Amino acid sequence: MTTRGIGPANDPGPSVPSGRGSRALGGRGVLVSSASTVLFFAIIAIVVVLAPGSGVVAERFFSPPHLWQSLVGSEGSPSVLRAFLLNVEIFAVAEVFILILALVIAVVRGIPGPVFFPFRLVAVAYTDLFRGVPLILVLYMIGFGVPGLGLRFISYLPDVTYGVISLILVYSAYVAEVYRAGIESVHESQNAAARSLGLTRWQSLRFVVLPQAIRRVIPPLLNDFIGLQKDTALVSVLGSIEAARAAQIYSASEFNYASYVVAAFLFVLITIPLARFTDRLIARDKRRREAGALA
Amino acid sequence: MSEPPALILEGVHKSFRENEVLKGIDLKVAPHEVVCLIGASGSGKSTLLRCINLVEPIDSGRIVVEGEDITAEGVDANRIRRRIGIVYQSFNLFPHMTVLRNITLAPREVLKMDRAEAEGAAAALLGRFGLIDKQDEYPDRLSGGQQQRVAIVRALAMRPHLMLLDEVTSALDPELVAEVLAVIRELALEGMTMLIATHEMGFARDIADKVCFLDSGSILEAGPPERIFTAPEHPRTRQFLGRIIEAGRL
Repeated sequence: MTTRGIGPANDPGPSVPSGRGSRALGGRGVLVSSASTVLFFAIIAIVVVLAPGSGVVAERFFSPPHLWQSLVGSEGSPSVLRAFLLNVEIFAVAEVFILILALVIAVVRGIPGPVFFPFRLVAVAYTDLFRGVPLILVLYMIGFGVPGLGLRFISYLPDVTYGVISLILVYSAYVAEVYRAGIESVHESQNAAARSLGLTRWQSLRFVVLPQAIRRVIPPLLNDFIGLQKDTALVSVLGSIEAARAAQIYSASEFNYASYVVAAFLFVLITIPLARFTDRLIARDKRRREAGALA
Repeated sequence: MSEPPALILEGVHKSFRENEVLKGIDLKVAPHEVVCLIGASGSGKSTLLRCINLVEPIDSGRIVVEGEDITAEGVDANRIRRRIGIVYQSFNLFPHMTVLRNITLAPREVLKMDRAEAEGAAAALLGRFGLIDKQDEYPDRLSGGQQQRVAIVRALAMRPHLMLLDEVTSALDPELVAEVLAVIRELALEGMTMLIATHEMGFARDIADKVCFLDSGSILEAGPPERIFTAPEHPRTRQFLGRIIEAGRL
């Protein structure tokens, strides 16, 4: 045991789990966790290396010249890195619209009163429909259907625009449900307090309910955005050359799959910060709740 | 002509499905009068206050505030609520706003006061009730007694003509009750018209001009506190007060 005080003075011994994470591990704990980690990865490495095709796989997926070549691009194939910027762009644009559209849907779904029944109906139908249909089918229907209509302003947009629209449509349905869960988690007494001060329904929603609801759903929202970052790759089915498509072009011309590894690496690279950020927010919320419970 | 009564209730009925919670309540509150509602939990005290604040629609009867029938068809509930302050048992402060913002929200958004004016008025109220050093705190940093005082200040900031207090000390630790009652006493001295549902019988006896005993949805007995607490006429009132005395709460 280290001298760091991690439990009460009469802590019965090191076998009592007194916390999580490396800080809570004693000297023996670090040793055990290191050993088990090494062993775990060693077994995987041995299995992979001893596999009959391991040499071929190493050449096809991890050959350094190909990794580099696909990253920066060559005469016959686009740079995966540059193509990846399109993914980032798609994500950034779609995210903004999703946050807004989903909020509108969630709010509309919560408006009481018989007059608003058709609005609620539309909101419910929307979320049911777009959560139910696979994204790739929405992409095909929007990407090939809307141009087919031959309408003046909306049928002759770049392919990638239809991809972004599809992502917005599908993800807004999910995010609307996240917002709705947040709105419903705010106790009715908060709304009652606001209304009894003379605030209108909208003012209560805007100043009292939504700020609390949104704060609570930030972690699940970020989680959905991690999913969105990855799904930007599906936009390639409409012909846009984003990272996954660029990797495919490379592999088709060079007969080497290193480009896929590069694309995967880039996706992971931008997802990890968002994932860690989400973890931190969740941990912070948990601390706050615990502090609140003590007060 | 003298001022119209602050509040008149005439035959107020309210049911939740088959459960009749208010069975014809008649009550008159004069301006500057303090009326305490006493009675067991479930006797209808809270429901009555919620009906007056138009949180719950009534089934029949009339509620008249300062001469205006607020239960009439087409009355703007938001306009009525501005004149009636209500404070709840569970404070219901907005946890994501500072104390100051909690208090100035409604004056700014509903009364359209400018920021400086609203904050000045809020600071004056906070100062009076010994909370000025808490104005930038968030509610979860305050004790229950402080939170409830802030909730009272928040209601007062709308300059209500009538205050409804719904068991405002019931959620507090015993040692925090006094500071909240002191605030209410001060309001009574100032002449605030109040309708107070409470379990604090000693407080009701001190502060009330009139005490109403509610029992399963009806006012069984009403009168000056000296009479209700010393010579109750109705056997149910006697029984209720007997139990309170037994529990050492009077």
